[in-house]
Amino acid sequence: MAAGGEGNALTVTVPPEQWLALGRAARESLGCGYFNFSSAVDWKEEGLEVVARVENLDAGFSLTMKTRLGPGVTSVASLTSLWRGADWMEREGWDMFGIRYEGHPDLRRILLSQDWEGHPLLKSYAVDTPYPPYR
Amino acid sequence: MEVKAPVPQIPPPVWTEFKDLQEWEKYRQSRPEGDKHSGLFEAVTDGIYNFPGGFVVTSLADGFLNWARKSSVWPVTFGLACCAIEMMATFASRFDVERLGMVPWASPRHSDLMIVSGTVSIKMAPMLKRIYDQMPDPKWVVSMGSCANSGGPFRHGYHVVKGVDRVVPVDVYVPGCPPPPESLLNGLLILQDQIAHFRKTGERAKPSAKID
Repeated sequence: MAAGGEGNALTVTVPPEQWLALGRAARESLGCGYFNFSSAVDWKEEGLEVVARVENLDAGFSLTMKTRLGPGVTSVASLTSLWRGADWMEREGWDMFGIRYEGHPDLRRILLSQDWEGHPLLKSYAVDTPYPPYR
Repeated sequence: MEVKAPVPQIPPPVWTEFKDLQEWEKYRQSRPEGDKHSGLFEAVTDGIYNFPGGFVVTSLADGFLNWARKSSVWPVTFGLACCAIEMMATFASRFDVERLGMVPWASPRHSDLMIVSGTVSIKMAPMLKRIYDQMPDPKWVVSMGSCANSGGPFRHGYHVVKGVDRVVPVDVYVPGCPPPPESLLNGLLILQDQIAHFRKTGERAKPSAKID
């Protein structure tokens, strides 16, 4: 576990098996009741990194949570049991990066159509793949 | 005895379950020309045209009908992106397309023209096709802006249709990113010029040579 940041913002990096525990600590100990966003970064051969930012609006404190999934791993615990705001954000993570959020109640595509193939924000996705008649 | 309330089972929306769109598409495939051709009408007009001196009558009738068509082109308001702001400025009082007989109308079933103003995404393209199919014939399409013409700056995006002419036939392309209202107004005047030379041949009007 590594922490850094400045002012009232803190960045915490944990291994993926402690992802839900970190979320619970942020929710219950730090009082971060506002789920700002969740996204991911594709570091190519180093694998995916999941990023989530939660805030305590009363104290003006924000916590950025990061976890490296490792090469080839696409599964991480879902934060929807702690914040309902994580629902659509994690659906977007599944849609764009193909990350399977374990424990998500309704993990399906949110932005792209349901019959879409592939996850377009991965670095390995070829954007000029023919999609007749549109692309 | 405990009575449980029934849990509503709402199935997730799957786009392939919309049967009516597919059946409408099948219907369209069986009648590719739409309402543009009617056998009786063609026989009557051919008879009049082949009668000695009859071509004067058909030319006059065509000219009158085309004058009527071009004088009341009602565009369906189909704003997709920032080009729609310029389209709204064109519809508003300063540039005032109403003096050309154009009324921005919020229903495709009463409209003759669709101004595709903005980026068409792959998820939006079937809906655009559906709105185009709901418009009565004869109908025209103006592609407004770089995005609708070719994909524009988002051409290499994963979700962008590379030109709306891959979905619907386009009559006038208006370049620009976004085109200013003067540019769109020029495009609409060019469209009126095309409509003035419209023939019931089932083919699209050729661009006139006087446009530079």
